[in-house]
Amino acid sequence: MKTILNGKQLSITIDRLCHQLIENHLQFEETVLIGLQPRGIFLSDRIYSTLRKLLPDANIRYGKLDITFYRDDFNKGKGLHVPNETSIDFSIENKKVILIDDVLYTGRTIRSALDAMLDFGRPAAVELLALIDRRFSRQLPIQPDYTGRTIDAFISQKVKVLWEERDGKDEVVLVD
Amino acid sequence: MSLSVKHLLGIRDLQRQDIELIFQTASQFKEVLQRPIKKVPTLRDTTIVNLFFENSTRTRISFELAEKRLGADTINFSASGSSVSKGETLIDTVHNILSMKVDMVVMRHSASGAPHFLSKHIDVPILNAGDGINEHPTQALLDAFSIKEKLGSVEGKKIAICGDIMHSRVALSNIYCLKKLGAEVTVVGPPTLIPKYLESALGVNVTYDIREALQWADVANVLRIQLERQNTPLFSSLREYAIAYGINRALLDSLQKEIVIMHPGPINRGVELNSDVADSGQSIILDQVENGVAVRMAALYLLAGKQTL
Repeated sequence: MKTILNGKQLSITIDRLCHQLIENHLQFEETVLIGLQPRGIFLSDRIYSTLRKLLPDANIRYGKLDITFYRDDFNKGKGLHVPNETSIDFSIENKKVILIDDVLYTGRTIRSALDAMLDFGRPAAVELLALIDRRFSRQLPIQPDYTGRTIDAFISQKVKVLWEERDGKDEVVLVD
Repeated sequence: MSLSVKHLLGIRDLQRQDIELIFQTASQFKEVLQRPIKKVPTLRDTTIVNLFFENSTRTRISFELAEKRLGADTINFSASGSSVSKGETLIDTVHNILSMKVDMVVMRHSASGAPHFLSKHIDVPILNAGDGINEHPTQALLDAFSIKEKLGSVEGKKIAICGDIMHSRVALSNIYCLKKLGAEVTVVGPPTLIPKYLESALGVNVTYDIREALQWADVANVLRIQLERQNTPLFSSLREYAIAYGINRALLDSLQKEIVIMHPGPINRGVELNSDVADSGQSIILDQVENGVAVRMAALYLLAGKQTL
């Protein structure tokens, strides 16, 4: 097991990602945040609360999207996923959407997320933020616009993102 | 996570975890049904046949809508006007339909046990949409889901099931479902409409006094008198039944508390339920119908996903 980001580094990385978002989206008037269930939510919650501190006057819209019903591996012998809550209580029509997930790997989750998101309206543009980008392992032509850390890892290895709220500490590790 | 059963034939075969998994999934489908596009593509490669050998309005529309909202292709079959009237057997009918590459069967039949029988002869998942006087599992699931939604939980709640217990598949499925979820159940009706030994066999309370049952209950699930299943008369007249067991405003107002009123439909207005009760704020009858689609989507989704495991 190898540490990719420790608690301190993770916090600095999230701060940096938030500043990059502000650089491009200023007061988030035409921009909305959407975190992907289930694991992306811990990251998107952090990003949302950090942005609120950095921009106390901005009205930032933040929703959660579950992609279970849009997966492309339903009935492909990979087991059944239990759906999580979707809560998007604003319109995404003509807005800039920032999709947030913890690990970008094959790109198939994001493909499903794009499908699911389009059922809520037609956004003006969509950007992708990923805490960890496992490059060279993509199965679809999908790339992140904001990346916490880019890593190279074997298929047999697994990236685990630990969160204080759930796991007792903040850390990103690579497990063999 | 997945269901412990391959078919949904009855609540009798389910574990408590199965019921909770269905509820958890149904809550998410209920959210899908509030969206501008009330549809997901999950079952787009699945074809489902609705075999209705007995009449139905709600269940049939609800299943068909659930299938369409999941993106499945649907075929509807009703016994009248089909080759069943030419003498084709159930197994032949179903085998012929399945050779046209159908992936799931939803079935209602007037014979108790018909879907259980069919499940021994075909491979695809079967959902029982009501078999004779045996079970109507999706109705019980949507009833319990509606109670949970209204009261926060089913565990520890007191449910009175009122009316024709003898001929009601809704009653039997409800008893199984509510007991598995930890509720207390009382059945109430005329002695001729309550099976003997029900108390000891299923662990429910039995009373013949409607007021006593309602006074005890948090929820009353009122059933229709199933005249079509009574070969010999079991009470003198509908009017007498309505006087002794009908639920009206005056009766509810005389209780010291407000209880939730449910009915699986179709209602015989003025018999088991008066309009001043059925259409009141205490009634969640239309919420039951709304939840029916989400619960059936969950059952279809979980059974379809079970296939290749």
